[in-house]
Amino acid sequence: MIRTFLTVTLSGTLAFTANAATNDERTQAYIDQLTSMGFPAPKENQLVHIPPTMADLDEADDIHPEVKKVIRKGYDLFTNTQQLRGENVFNNMNCSSCHLGEGRMPFSAPIWPAAVTLPGYRGKNGHVNNLEERIAGCFTYSMNGKPLEYGSDNMLALSAYHQWLATGVAMYPKQPIYGRGFPAPERPAELSYANGEKLYQDNCAVCHAEDGSGLRVDGQTVFPAPWGDMSNNWGAGIVRVFTAAGFIKNNMPLGQPNSLTDQEAWDIAFFMDSQERPQDPRYTGDVKETLEKYGPTFHKHSMYGQVREHDGKVLADHDNTGEKPFLKPDAVRPRNFE
Amino acid sequence: MKRITLALTALGLAGLTGFAQAAPEGDAARGAEVANLCVACHKADGSGMNMDAGESWPRLAGLNATYFAKQLHDIKNGTRVSATMTPFVNMLDDQKIADVAAYYSQLEPTEGQGGEGIDEATRKRGEQLAERGDWSQYIVSCKSCHGPGNRGAGTVFPGIAGQHAGYIEAQLKAWKDGTRKNDPQDLMGSIARRMSDEDIHAVAMWLANQNAGSK
Repeated sequence: MIRTFLTVTLSGTLAFTANAATNDERTQAYIDQLTSMGFPAPKENQLVHIPPTMADLDEADDIHPEVKKVIRKGYDLFTNTQQLRGENVFNNMNCSSCHLGEGRMPFSAPIWPAAVTLPGYRGKNGHVNNLEERIAGCFTYSMNGKPLEYGSDNMLALSAYHQWLATGVAMYPKQPIYGRGFPAPERPAELSYANGEKLYQDNCAVCHAEDGSGLRVDGQTVFPAPWGDMSNNWGAGIVRVFTAAGFIKNNMPLGQPNSLTDQEAWDIAFFMDSQERPQDPRYTGDVKETLEKYGPTFHKHSMYGQVREHDGKVLADHDNTGEKPFLKPDAVRPRNFE
Repeated sequence: MKRITLALTALGLAGLTGFAQAAPEGDAARGAEVANLCVACHKADGSGMNMDAGESWPRLAGLNATYFAKQLHDIKNGTRVSATMTPFVNMLDDQKIADVAAYYSQLEPTEGQGGEGIDEATRKRGEQLAERGDWSQYIVSCKSCHGPGNRGAGTVFPGIAGQHAGYIEAQLKAWKDGTRKNDPQDLMGSIARRMSDEDIHAVAMWLANQNAGSK
């Protein structure tokens, strides 16, 4: 079984035969670590890839020093995206706030799959996206920002970091990818806002603050804001309750994945995603109209435009864009090939 | 016997409720007098002392006052065990704890000790654990909670940069073996239990060599 994974992760490397035994052990240790943390073992046909680390980059003798510099810059942007605050980022997020382990962790939306599955069709915007446009999407919604310019130095660096993490994986793999995205636990029959609020205060507030503002120190984000002006906007993937539930179940509290029950993870997600945040950049000026337009492809999973039960508030019925001085970045536009 | 039990219960409850309620405002000037109890070990400048083969006395200078006060309350009510500290904290009421915490928080941090002569492999491993963590073992970086430069974040996560290596090593080992567990939600314990003794040593040595930052 493991040999199957290795043919994929190490395809093209001459060292395959000589190091097969060592790599088998390494892969097994990697899987054992994850299963000991409560994650499922890979299924028979799944693609398991162990992305390289920054230490591997330092030691690699087959990567040009200039390429290493670009990858390191990409890593630096990914883990300290706040260096782009006021230009491309208008909230307290770093890329690594949601993509834990510097974008390498399975079950925490590892970023290397984007490098081997794109260009591809994306339901969210209804056209074919490449890696740069996918990254631009994160900036538009999760960072409540303005995407890096296509082809710019920073975009090159971030793309290079993604692609390097995918080292050895074939383009457009046929096998399903182990630990891709934020796999959500099964949705319980009932979700409770009140229980979610209590669980949040008991389990999350010590870091993310009772009012969801998170914590900044010396102008850097230590704990990101789960809601409010300094959080992701209403267009970010994590406003979908199942995505938030998957993120929470698989990653929170930090260092204790899978410690919450499925019900608890969903209740906290439901509570968190029922709080206000900056407007969706696709806002038409009317929350109902926006919901009709983007409900079928996106907001049917979020609380956007819904009436919050306990106080009757209509969520996202506002034109607040947070710290960002505009609603929609120019990069958000359709592409058509006739 | 009965009276002693009652008295202890009362003390314990007083400690707990005292902390749950609004903590008294600390006064650094009054705290300077309280600190007379501490200087024999923690020194007049709050630098403490690293002991390679013994119980290191932590640097107190520059520690967050809320964190500091919580530790003293925890030692007093038994949620943090320290045979050495217990007789001293038992002399302090809530006001004195607040005062001495305020006093030490405004002292200029001194340099960490015990990280001298760190070898290259230890330095690299220590830096990795502190700054990036080792996700292959699900060890998250120190800085993800202890903040930029590991200089502390808010009132819950203390500054650990520039703390003595012997003290950090002893505390991580205490979390690992379960003799210290007064962290919120086992956040430190769950990480410490995944760390080998070599990793604990490396990160303690590295942190001792870092700058605690100035007040």
